[in-house]
Amino acid sequence: MINALLWAPLAFGVVGLFLPKKAVGWWATAGALATLAIGVIMAFGFETGASGLQDTVNTTWISGLGVDYSLGIDGLNLFLVLLTAVLWVGGIAFAAFREQERPQLFFFLMLAAETATLGSFLSQDLLLFVLFFDLMLVPFYFLFGAWGVDRSAEGGPTAPQATLKMMVYTLIGSLLMLVGAIATAIISAHGGHLTFSIEAIQHQGVPLGSQRWIFWFFAAAFLVKMPAFLVHGWMPDAYRAAPLPVLMVFSGVLAKVGAYGFLRVVLPLFPAATSQFQTVILLVALASILYGSVMAFTQTNIRLIAGYSSVAQLGFITAGIFALRADGSDGAILQMVNHGLVVAPLFIIVAILVERTGTEDLRSMGGMAMRAPVLAALFLIVALATLAMPGSANFIGEFYILNGLFQAKIVFACIAISGVAMSAYYALRLYQGTMHNRKPDGIASREISLRDGVVLAPLVLCILALALYPQLILHRADPSVQQSVSAVTGGESETPDTNLAVNK
Amino acid sequence: MAGEGFNAPHLDYAGLAPVIALTVGLVVILMSGVFGPTKKWAPGLAVLTLGAAAGLLLWHWNDDLSLVAGALRVDNLAISISLIAIFSAFTTVLLSIRERAADEAGHGEYYALLIGSVLGMVLLAEADNLVTFFVALETLSIPLYILCATNLRREGSLESGLKYLIVGSLGSATLLYGMAFIYGGTGSTDFAGIAHGIEVKGMLHDPLILIGIALAAVGLAFKTSIAPFHQWTPDVYQGAPTPITSFMAVATKAAAFAVFIRFFVVALGPETGDWQMGLAILAAISIVVGNVGALGQDSLKRLLGYSGVAQAGYMLGGLVVASEKGISSLVFYLATYLFMNLAAFAVVVARERETPFGDDIRGVRGLGAERPALAWPLTISMLALAGLPATAGFIGKLYLIEALVEGNYLWLAIFIVGGTMISLAYYLRVVAAMWMRPETEVATPGLATAGAGPSGPGGSTPVIAGASPEADPVDPDAGRRWYLVGPAVLAAAITVFFGVIPQPLVDFATHAGASLF
Repeated sequence: MINALLWAPLAFGVVGLFLPKKAVGWWATAGALATLAIGVIMAFGFETGASGLQDTVNTTWISGLGVDYSLGIDGLNLFLVLLTAVLWVGGIAFAAFREQERPQLFFFLMLAAETATLGSFLSQDLLLFVLFFDLMLVPFYFLFGAWGVDRSAEGGPTAPQATLKMMVYTLIGSLLMLVGAIATAIISAHGGHLTFSIEAIQHQGVPLGSQRWIFWFFAAAFLVKMPAFLVHGWMPDAYRAAPLPVLMVFSGVLAKVGAYGFLRVVLPLFPAATSQFQTVILLVALASILYGSVMAFTQTNIRLIAGYSSVAQLGFITAGIFALRADGSDGAILQMVNHGLVVAPLFIIVAILVERTGTEDLRSMGGMAMRAPVLAALFLIVALATLAMPGSANFIGEFYILNGLFQAKIVFACIAISGVAMSAYYALRLYQGTMHNRKPDGIASREISLRDGVVLAPLVLCILALALYPQLILHRADPSVQQSVSAVTGGESETPDTNLAVNK
Repeated sequence: MAGEGFNAPHLDYAGLAPVIALTVGLVVILMSGVFGPTKKWAPGLAVLTLGAAAGLLLWHWNDDLSLVAGALRVDNLAISISLIAIFSAFTTVLLSIRERAADEAGHGEYYALLIGSVLGMVLLAEADNLVTFFVALETLSIPLYILCATNLRREGSLESGLKYLIVGSLGSATLLYGMAFIYGGTGSTDFAGIAHGIEVKGMLHDPLILIGIALAAVGLAFKTSIAPFHQWTPDVYQGAPTPITSFMAVATKAAAFAVFIRFFVVALGPETGDWQMGLAILAAISIVVGNVGALGQDSLKRLLGYSGVAQAGYMLGGLVVASEKGISSLVFYLATYLFMNLAAFAVVVARERETPFGDDIRGVRGLGAERPALAWPLTISMLALAGLPATAGFIGKLYLIEALVEGNYLWLAIFIVGGTMISLAYYLRVVAAMWMRPETEVATPGLATAGAGPSGPGGSTPVIAGASPEADPVDPDAGRRWYLVGPAVLAAAITVFFGVIPQPLVDFATHAGASLF
């Protein structure tokens, strides 16, 4: 089952290479839907309350090098896998409704990217994780570079330049992570049998001295991927270059792999280093929140507003994880899913707005709501979820995160709260600037087309559903989160009140 | 001695069979020239010879034979490296079909020289004694000096041959000088005897031996194009006929690494502590110089030349740790390097023949839309050389880094990673040129000159005057010829295959590594 989930997209993609141009978009959508169906079936079979891995696959892949092909589902990755499957359906369907150049290749790369992303969520072998983590980037390199937007007329980089920058930035992190992963396995083996199994390495333990430097090798990879403040240099160029259906999955899912990596790898394997460097990472997270928020309400390019808001949101998520308390991490997982579900529709709306106005500049937009009430309503829901309106799942996510952070480091929590306020400002600014105000001449306000509505509405429904029932995620994630976090705290952290959200 | 009379060494013909097969093939190809033009069947004979040699080598897999009074050793290391050289020669033969250089030489000399060079490589991989070592190295090199210059009407080719000759001789001389020191210190030419001599006669850390080691390392660094002894590489690679460049890039490097390994691990094994750090520094320099040098190269052959310098640095890391895992990882990397480079060179050959750009990067612009069957192999090759996952290049790097970290050379592993980051810039530049440029600029350059006379089967294209005839397309359909597309697709497919299912190649490399320990 788990194998089918992982390889189905790639299989569909390969077949799609040989289909005629017109059919391939639908074929790819069918492939993404099939993957989602498998994911949903697995989620129904998921045993709530268990902390261990379920649906595991474990076979030797390269025996001489100690690498296993080992996959599994638990509370940490279950909903990220579902998020991946959902967003890819959206991204592919949205692209399928539009004309693409060389569509066979486009959809092949999209589906290959889905397999790679699912692989990095599902891997339970450290090296397999690194492999998929690097592999994710390759299809996006082609998608951004070959189908991207050339900004050289505006004095910006061309698409290949922007994506090269992204590749170099992210691979610096992930290649160091490769060395880190190998060193972890060799050091923890203590001359014995070499294995990359995360569970086995955790059991064997890594000496403190090694943990200190290996921690940074991993942290570098994850922070660049998010991106966090100071290592976000690739983000503006890449976000402006990316084709929007691709950017939607990229922003929605790939950033989460970094945050997920902290929970899956760093906390369990390098617990001592984690608590030692907690403050440093929290500082980076705070800086991301503040910087991302400030940039989000000063930028005028609507893609970059969404992009910088992601920096801020990922800052929240990182802060939640590095509160090193179960409630903070629970909130982080919930917030990862929430943010994915919010930012993806946001980029769809951006694409729709760009099609109507022919510009990405907030200043030359406006009044789009006039004849488009449905679009405006959908956008409003997304915008309110982005600013974590009470009643939305994002509110609960942020609440958990801040709750954890308050109990861990109260000063940081106080500063982080300002990010909540700023998010209201930039989300509403984006909404008003595009939908309200005076409509510039020569731009027609049109209602969302049925085709786009079919893509957008289910995503918004997911937001609403989660808002009503966030326990769906919290309940299932909690046992695994407890396990990850207790690796650092040694089980001191008291069980958080998981009924908190419902009682409220 | 006098009492015993002359004792000819016992000859194990079975063990020597691959060498004999190559020699016979060489002679047959040369002789066949007497009976008329050999253009048609010389390639066939060459392939036959190589096939026979490969078969005979495989027959000895897992044997450990010492031949001709200890001059040669047939073990898995020798066999695996020989097979890499032979596979490279095989594709070189295919890529040489209709190559002007091969036709100009006339009577099969081109293929005979190629086989001669392979013969030298097989001997070199088996060399277990200083004399065979040197003789084999020269057997390998001298045909290559000539082959580089076979494109008679092109200045670059002649320059390349001359440059290679001079620099190669310098390398050989340095090596020979080093050998003399080592022989002087230990009184033996056998590798095992040298090791014995160092240990027993108290020559450990003796300056005489250390100077010998240093000179030998320099000589071998010339042959494997390790910086700072690499200056000839880009020039020679660029000037030589491209099929020969591919052969030099892969086979020469493999054979030279084989003897590098055997000489340093077996003969100089007792001195490991003395040479490890020296080689590690060479490797680090090579990684930096190669990767920085490749940035901004417009000629694909020069780019691959510099990338070869960097890759040699990575591979040297496997030797630095001098462990079984290190040697295995080196052999593994050599094998993957073979496939990655062959895919790239096959595409370069095809584009040289069908576009007016020669090996310039402009020649591959828009290739993704125009010739997907060429674009995919080159893409895979570049991604693999950059060490991205799902290719054998990733597993190769993983293997090397694992060996280095285990051998306490973490810093060198970080150098490899750092080099890889720099390398992305130029490998991806090639990929971007293929897939990400507007194709309007160079629609189908082949068409512009298609009227110049398509080379019919067997009919050689009239040589167009000019200093650089290779810059003229000779075959507008080269991108569809099986003998060019076939090797490219095959090599790329193998690269991906071993990236997904690396176990067979790991086993192969482990056997090779185990034969020395």
